[in-house]
Parts: sequence; structure tokens; C-alpha cells
Amino acid sequence: MPTTEARLRIAARELVEMAVREQESKPQEIDTASDARTSSPVMPPDSIAGRALVGVVAIMSLLAALTLGAVVLVRNAAGAWQTEVSREITVQIRPTDGRDGEQDVAQAVAIVQATPGIAKVHALSKTESAKLLEPWLGTGLSLDELPVPRMIVVTLATDARPDLDRMRQALTESVPGASVDDHRGWVGRMRVMTRLAVAGGMAVLGLVLAATVLMVIFATQGAMATNKSIIEVLHFVGAKNRYISAQFQRHFLLLGLKGAAIGGGVAAVFFVAMSFLGPHLDRLVGGSGGAEALFGSIVLGPDGYAGVFGLVVLVAAATALTSRVTVVRTLGALE
Amino acid sequence: MVRFENIGLRYGVGSEILRDLNFQIRPSSFQFLTGPSGAGKTSLLRLLFLALKPTRGLMTLFGHDVSRLDKDALASLRRRIGLVFQDFRLIDHLTTYENVALPLRVIGRREEEYRSEVIELLRWVGLGDRIWALPPVLSGGEKQRAAIARAVIGRPELLLADEPTGNVDPTLAQRLLRLFVELNRSGTSIVIATHDIALMDQFDARRLVLHEGRLHAYD
Ligand SMILES: Nc1ncnc2c1ncn2[C@@H]1O[C@H](COP(=O)(O)OP(=O)(O)OP(=O)(O)O)[C@@H](O)[C@H]1O
Ligand SMILES: [Mg+2]
Repeated sequence: MPTTEARLRIAARELVEMAVREQESKPQEIDTASDARTSSPVMPPDSIAGRALVGVVAIMSLLAALTLGAVVLVRNAAGAWQTEVSREITVQIRPTDGRDGEQDVAQAVAIVQATPGIAKVHALSKTESAKLLEPWLGTGLSLDELPVPRMIVVTLATDARPDLDRMRQALTESVPGASVDDHRGWVGRMRVMTRLAVAGGMAVLGLVLAATVLMVIFATQGAMATNKSIIEVLHFVGAKNRYISAQFQRHFLLLGLKGAAIGGGVAAVFFVAMSFLGPHLDRLVGGSGGAEALFGSIVLGPDGYAGVFGLVVLVAAATALTSRVTVVRTLGALE
Repeated sequence: MVRFENIGLRYGVGSEILRDLNFQIRPSSFQFLTGPSGAGKTSLLRLLFLALKPTRGLMTLFGHDVSRLDKDALASLRRRIGLVFQDFRLIDHLTTYENVALPLRVIGRREEEYRSEVIELLRWVGLGDRIWALPPVLSGGEKQRAAIARAVIGRPELLLADEPTGNVDPTLAQRLLRLFVELNRSGTSIVIATHDIALMDQFDARRLVLHEGRLHAYD
């Protein structure tokens, strides 16, 4: 009685002989080492709508990165502006009948200077006032003939909180035409505007991310439909859903990374170009110092670039995670 | 190792295709599953392979009531079963070697570890020089053997084969049967669905006959 092993070998040898006969009757395929693929991806990479998806993810990432950059720029510019503006107050002295304007100005300057926490006081001279009014009134006008209010620009010391109410009271008591404007209302409005702009930017960012996630869901479902027969075979050889979803996830993580890196990269190049072009932007658009004044500087700081990089990682992670969840849910619905 | 008690199966809202099935498959047993076309042989194999759930009755596989198992547990049970499809179901972009290695790959075994094992099995079934070929260039008989190799590489306790000789000439059919018989002698339970009477006549084994939805066993 031959052993089981021996019997198996006999059965196998017969099959081998058979196979050899089969081979002899047809042209031989040459077995080269380069053909020796031992662990190709289970899902054929070209069955996944790769290039189109990379393109979409790249465009979405570019839009998201530009939005993010704009939000960072607006926030930084507004922040710088606010601190500058709120560290400055103006005292205005309206000409009053029967009072000496020059003397009122001198008295007001004295009162302001006496207040603790003031860094600088500068009373605009008549010529300076005339210059400010030039765009409206034209040149060659004598201000002596016009009841033009006089301005005193007061700069507060950094970190100081001077008692402005006391100063205001003292001023109105001794100089009847004086009024103090600490730009508080204006700063408040600015802050609201900035917040709105940032919130708007964030909403756009959220929409772009949502669109990316939806695209990835479609692409994953498409890839799964294409590879349905492979998924079935994997099931039959005992693969768990985790294994199957990992096969897709790897592809989509790579696709997402590629697309996001392209989009983020283009956005970064754009911001770098802007930081060089920024100072010359006025000449390019034929303006007169408007752009620079409006945006402060158009240079994106390191926080902006870090944000763009974070966005690239976020988009790639969202792509991988979305495809995983889609695969798991689609598999779950199979039975 | 498999026990059916009053099993019934229907697809959708149609009438029952399988009715009141009561039978067992014992360890190291060999049986043919036969019956006219459309009798439900493939359906019964799909029940055995957990690709379908019975619409009624109690099915016990390796001591587990299958209706109580979650998906991961079902996958674990499937790893103890080898399945040869009627239409092979090889993956076209993977080489013969990769196709046969698939059951080992999905359980997380490393390529270096199983390489020699897979090549040895491929030589055994006479595919030694087709190791790196892709399924589309294999002949019907070669695909058949690759499918069988994939079903047995994981040393299953139960081997299910749906018309495994449907695509080959009688001589190869006889040799494939021989391979199944040898596998059975080394301890694997075998269920071969076929309506090839000539094949069944070559080996004296238990016959499960499906007729009008019912199963009759001839030991
Ligand atoms: N997915 C399905 N949905 C609905 N009906 C089905 C489905 N699969 C099979 N059937 C029906 O179930 C019955 C049994 O089919 P099955 O494939 O099990 O028969 P079989 O015995 O394997 O036939 P054959 O010998 O031709 O392979 C047939 O009437 C078939 O039409
Ligand atoms: Mg069938």
C-alpha cells in the first residue's frame, strides 16, 4: 500500500506528462526572468480612472489653496491695519467764532501731551491741511478764508491704555470746538468685514473639499464596478473586507497625493510669483499705489505656505478615507 | 463537518429551488452532486460556500450555525474551503503563479514564505512551464488546473468543484478526478457537482442527486 504522498505524486506525474504532451503540440512560450511577476497589484492600476481623477483633485486643490492663501492674506493685512489704526487717534478742532485757532491748537496739544501713554502728538500745520484738502478744493486756496477744522494726529504708546475719556473731557472743557475720534467704530466695522471675508473663504474651502469627496466617491464606485469580478474572487478565496478596501485605498491615497501636490504646488508657485510681482503690480495695472495700499503686502508668510501644505495632506487623506468608506459600504451592501 | 436541516432556498419571490434538504458531509468523505440541468447544483454549492444564505432551515458548517456569523467570521470559514468554479474565475492580469498564490496572499502570508510551495504545486498539476503566463493565453485545460491549484493551495478541509471536467477531454477529466481522489485520501472532503455520468462511473462514491428541489443520497 503506497503512502498518500506517493499516490499524490503518481497522480501529479501523470498530469505533468499530459501537460508536456500538450506543450509539445504548440509553440513554446519563453520563460524569461523579466516575466516573473510575483506580486502585482490585485486591482489593475489602469482600471481605476486615474488620470482624470488626478486632474480633478489637482484643480480642486488649486482652488482650495488659492482660497486659503487669500483668506490668510486678508486676515494678516486686516490685522496689521487694525493695530496701526487703533494706535492712532485724531483730535479735530472746529473753528469757533471769537476764538484764536492757533491758540486752541496749542492748548489742545498741551492737554494731550499731559495725558500719560501718549507717544507722539503732531498738529497738522495749515499748509499740511491744505495739502490734504487739495484733491477736493484745488491748489492756490488760502485756508484763512475758509472755516477748515484743524487736525491733531495723536499716536498712542505701544501697549498703553491711556484714559481717553478723561482727555476728551479736559479737551472739551477748555477748547469748545474740540472733538476726539478714536476710530473705534471704524475698527469695529473693519473687524466685522474681515470676519465675513474669512468666513466666506472657509465656506468656499468647505465646498471645494465636499466636491472632491463626492468625486472620489464616484470614482471609487466606478473602480469597484469595473473590478467587480476580482472582488468576487477575493471574497471566495477568503479575503476580508478590510483586505479588499486596502487594495483600493492604496491607489486612491496615491492618486489623491499626486493631485493635491500638483494643485498645491501650482498655488505655491503662484504665491511666490505674486510676492515678486507685488511691488510692481501698480505699474502693471497702471494704478497709483492702490493695490499695495489696499492689501498691505501681497507676500504670503510661512503660515500661508504651511496652510497650503496642510491642505495637500488633508485632500490626500480625504481621498484615501473616502474611497475606504465607499468600498466598505459598497461591500456591506453586497450580501 | 457540514449539516443541513430542513434547508430551503428561493431566489427573490420565486418558488423554492431547494426544499427540505437534510444531509451531512462527513470529514474525509467523497461525494458527487448530480441532477438535471437547472436542478440547483450550483445553488447548493453556493450555499455550501456561504455565497448564499438559506431562506429557511439550519445550516451548520465546521460546527458553526452560519446564520449567526458576521462577515469576517464567514471569511475565516471560507478559508477552510476550496472552490473550483465552472468558469475558473482566474484574474486576467495576474500570472498563473499570482492567481494560485492569491488565497495565501489575502491571509497576509509573505511572498518569500510561500513561493516554493506555490511553484511546487504548479509543477504538480503540470503547469511548471506556465508559471508566469497570464490566464488569457492558457488553454482550457491549463486554466482548469490553475483553478484547481488555487482551490487546494490553502490545504482546505472541504473542496467544492462545479463541473470541474466540463471543459476538458475525457482523458484529462479522468486524471483530474484522480487528483481529487488523491486529495480525498490525504483527508480533504470532496464535493464534485457534475452531470458527467461517465466520470461518476469511474469512481465509486456517494451520490447526492437533486431532483425537483429535493435531495436523495445514495451511499
Ligand atoms: N441568481 C439567481 N436568481 C434567480 N434564479 C436563479 C439564480 N441562479 C439560479 N437561478 C435558478 O435556480 C435554478 C437552479 O439553478 P442552478 O444554477 O443551481 O442549477 P444547476 O443544477 O447548477 O444547473 P446546470 O447543471 O445547468 O449548471 C434554475 O432554475 C435557475 O434559473
Ligand atoms: Mg450549475
